[in-house]
Amino acid sequence: MEIITYVMSNLSLLAQLTLEHIALVVVAVGLACLMGVPIGIAITQNERIARVVLYTASIIITIPSIALFGIMIPVLSVIGHGIGYVPAVIAVLLYSQLPIIRNTYTAINNVSPGLREAARGIGMTSMQRLRLVEIPLSVPIIMAGVRTAVVMNIGVMAIAAYIGAGGLGVLISRGISQSDPRQLIVGAIAVSLLAIVADTLLLALQKRLTPKGLQS
Amino acid sequence: MKSAVMKTIQFNNIGRGVMYLAVLLLGIYLQRTGLIDDILYYYDDIVYLGRQHVELTLISGGLAVPVGIALGIMLSRPKFRNLSEWTMQGLNVGTTIPTLAILALSMSFLGIGMLPAIFGLFIASLLPIVRNTYTGLLGVPAHLKEAAAGIGMSSTQMLLKVEIPNALYVMFAGVRTALAINVGTVPLAFLIGGGGLGELIFTGIALLNTQMMLAGAIPTAMLAILVDILVAGLALLLVPRGVNPLRN
Amino acid sequence: MINIENLTKIFDTKQGVVTAADHITMQVPEGEICVLLGPSGCGKTTTLKMVNRIVTPTSGRVLINGEDTTQQDTVTLRRNIGYVIQQIGLFPNMTIAENISIVPKLIGWNKKRYTKRASELLEMVGMDPGTFLKRYPNELSGGQQQRIGVIRALAADPPVMLMDEPFGAIDPINREVIQDEFLKLQRLLKKTIMFVSHDIDEAVKMASRIAIFREGKLVQYDTPDDLLSHPKNDFVKGFVGSDRALKRLQLVTVEEVLETETAVVKMNDSLSQALVKMDDAGYERAIILVDDARRPVGYISRSVAQANQGDCSKHYANLRSVVRLEDNLRTVASKMFTHDATWLPCVNSEGILEGCVTQRGITRHLGATYKAVQ
Repeated sequence: MEIITYVMSNLSLLAQLTLEHIALVVVAVGLACLMGVPIGIAITQNERIARVVLYTASIIITIPSIALFGIMIPVLSVIGHGIGYVPAVIAVLLYSQLPIIRNTYTAINNVSPGLREAARGIGMTSMQRLRLVEIPLSVPIIMAGVRTAVVMNIGVMAIAAYIGAGGLGVLISRGISQSDPRQLIVGAIAVSLLAIVADTLLLALQKRLTPKGLQS
Repeated sequence: MKSAVMKTIQFNNIGRGVMYLAVLLLGIYLQRTGLIDDILYYYDDIVYLGRQHVELTLISGGLAVPVGIALGIMLSRPKFRNLSEWTMQGLNVGTTIPTLAILALSMSFLGIGMLPAIFGLFIASLLPIVRNTYTGLLGVPAHLKEAAAGIGMSSTQMLLKVEIPNALYVMFAGVRTALAINVGTVPLAFLIGGGGLGELIFTGIALLNTQMMLAGAIPTAMLAILVDILVAGLALLLVPRGVNPLRN
Repeated sequence: MINIENLTKIFDTKQGVVTAADHITMQVPEGEICVLLGPSGCGKTTTLKMVNRIVTPTSGRVLINGEDTTQQDTVTLRRNIGYVIQQIGLFPNMTIAENISIVPKLIGWNKKRYTKRASELLEMVGMDPGTFLKRYPNELSGGQQQRIGVIRALAADPPVMLMDEPFGAIDPINREVIQDEFLKLQRLLKKTIMFVSHDIDEAVKMASRIAIFREGKLVQYDTPDDLLSHPKNDFVKGFVGSDRALKRLQLVTVEEVLETETAVVKMNDSLSQALVKMDDAGYERAIILVDDARRPVGYISRSVAQANQGDCSKHYANLRSVVRLEDNLRTVASKMFTHDATWLPCVNSEGILEGCVTQRGITRHLGATYKAVQ
C-alpha cells in the first residue's frame, strides 16, 4: 500500500528515471550493434582471428560490471569523464560485444553451403551474397544477440547509478543508503519490469524480422 | 619486391619493439605514480575481503548447484510435466531480472547482512542451472531413451547412465553461466552488508580514491575470470568424450 | 517361441480413438525370423513394441517360450529380449565396450566375463576389438554403428530379439552386406526374431515368415514363398509388387531346381562320341566337357562337333560361367541374361560338377503353383 502511494506521488521522477535508463541502454547497445555486427561479419573470413576475438569478448563479459567501472574510472578521468554516463555507456558497449559478435558470426557461418553455392551459381558478387542472402537469413539470430545484450545491460545500467550514470538504479541505491524499503522495492521492481518488457518486445520484433519462409 | 619484404620485416620488428616499449613504459609509469605500491597498501584488506568474497561465492554457488540440478531433474520427470511448463516460463522471466534487483528485493525481505546476500546470490545462480538441467534432460534424443528402456534399464538407471551423461554438457553450460552471474554479483553483496571486495570498490568510488577502487576491482575481475576458466576446465574433464563437443 | 494372442492397442488421440493394432494373433516359431511388413501406420511397429512393452497393450497377451509376460515387470522382461532400433541408439557417452557390455553389467556379470564377451561379439561381426573397444560411437561409420547396435542386443544372449527397421538408416550397398552378415550370424545363433521392415525385398531376403499388416490388422501371415505365390488379396498383391514372381527367384537355391542327370564328355572322348551323347541326352546345342575329377572344363557345341574330327580336348570352348549349389535363382537368372545362356553348369564347393540349371527348369519351378517341398 505504502509502495503504491510512493509510486503515485513520484510518477514523474519514475518516468524520468525510466526514460534515462532506456535512453542509456538504447544508445549503448545501438553503438554496440554498429561495432559488433561488422566485426562479426569480418571475422567469418578468418577462423583464427575469430577465435581470438570471441575469446577476448568472453573474457570481458566475465568481468563483474562494478569492477569494470572501477578499472575504467581512472582511465577515463584523464579526459574528465571518470564517472557519469560515459563509463556506463562504454561498459555496456563492451559487454554487448560478445552476444552480438558471437551471434552474427555463428549466424553467417551457419548459412548452408548449398545456399551460398546457389548464390554464387546465379552470379552474385560476394557483397551481393552478403546483402541479399547471408544477412537476411542471419537477422533473427543477430536480433537474439541484441536481445540478450539489452536484457543484460538493463541490469548493468542499474549498477551504473553508483558511478553517477542515473537511471532506475538511483532508486535502489538511495533505498539502500537511506534504508528506505519503498524506494528499494519500487526501484527493484521497475528495473525488473523494464527488463521483462524489453525482453518480450524484442522477442516479438525478432519474430517479425524472421523472413516468412523461415518462420515455423 | 625486396623493399616490400624488408618493410614487413621492419614493421614486424618495429611493432614488437613498440609493444615491449609500451609495456615497459606502463610499468615505469605505474611504478613512478606509485600505483602498484598504493594498491599493495590495501594488501591486508584485499586478503580479508577476498576471503569473504570467495566464501560468498562458494556458499551460494555450492547450494545453488545441487539444488538447481535436483530441481531441474525433478521438473524433467514426466509426472511433473504440467508443472514444469509453467515453472520454465516463470524461470525464463526470472532470468531477465537484474541481479541488483534480486539483491535489493532479498534485502527488503531479509534485512542486511551475509544471509540476505547469500540468499540473493543463491536465487540468481539457481535459475540458469535449473533451466539448463531441464532443457538438457529433455533434449536427450527419444531413441536413446527407447534404447535404454528396451535394454531393460530401470528409470533410475536410465537417468544416471543415459540421460544425465548426455545432458551433462548443457548442464555444465548452465553451471558456468550461473557461476559467472554469481561472481559478477558478489561485489554488489557489499551494498546489502554482505562484505566482499565490493567494499573496496564502492568505498573507493564514493571517496574518489582510485587506488582503493582498483585494489577491489582488479582482484574481483581476476577472480571472475579464474572461476570461469576453472568451470570451463571442469566441463572439459568431466563431460564424457563421446558427447563433449570440446573434446572431438 | 513368441506367441501373440489377441494383442490390441488403442490410442486416444486428439483426432479421436485410433486402433493401432487390432486383435493380432500370431506365432513366431523358435529360431525363425518373422518380418512384420506393411506401409507406415499399419501397426507393425506398435505390435513389435508391445512384445517388450515399450508400448503397453490395451488387451491381449504375449507369451515368450510359453510364459505369459503380462505379469512380468518390464525391466526383467526387457533384459531377456534383445532390442535393435532404426536410430541404433548407441549411447554416445559410452565407449563401444561400455555400450556392448551394458546389459551383461546390468544383470551382474563380472568384469572379466563381459569384457571377454564384448571382444568375442566384435570379432563375430568382423570388427577388431583392439581397434574398436575404446572408441566412441561418433567415431564410427553408420554401418559400423549398426553392427554394434546388433551385437549390443546379443550381448547377454537373449533367446528372443526384436528389431525395428534395424537396417533402415544404412545406404543400400552396406545394407546388403549387413543383411548377409546378420543372416550368417543367425544361422549360428538361431534366435527367435521379430523384425519390422517396410521393404518387401528385405523381408523376402531375411524372413522365414512374413506378416503383412494393414490399418492395424494382420492381413496375411505366411512363408515368403507362399506369400509371393499366393497373395491373399489385392492389397497384398499390390504390396508385394507386380514382379513378385521374380522376387521368388531369390527364395530358391540352385540345389532345388538342379537337373542332376547331366551327360558329359571327357577330354579323350572323340567328337563323334560327343555327338552321340548329345543325341542320347536330347541336348540340342552343346554338351559339357569335364576333366578326370569331373570338374567342368568347357563345352563342345553341336556345330563344332559336326564340322570337325578328333578329340574333345582339341575343340572345346571355354565355359562362360558356372553357378554354385547355394546360389539363389536370382543370381542364376542374372548370369544367364549376362551371358546369353539358356543353361549353366553347377558345381559344389570342391568345384566338381553337380548338374545343370536350365531356363526351362526355373520356369517350371516358379510356374508350379504348389509349394516347393521343403
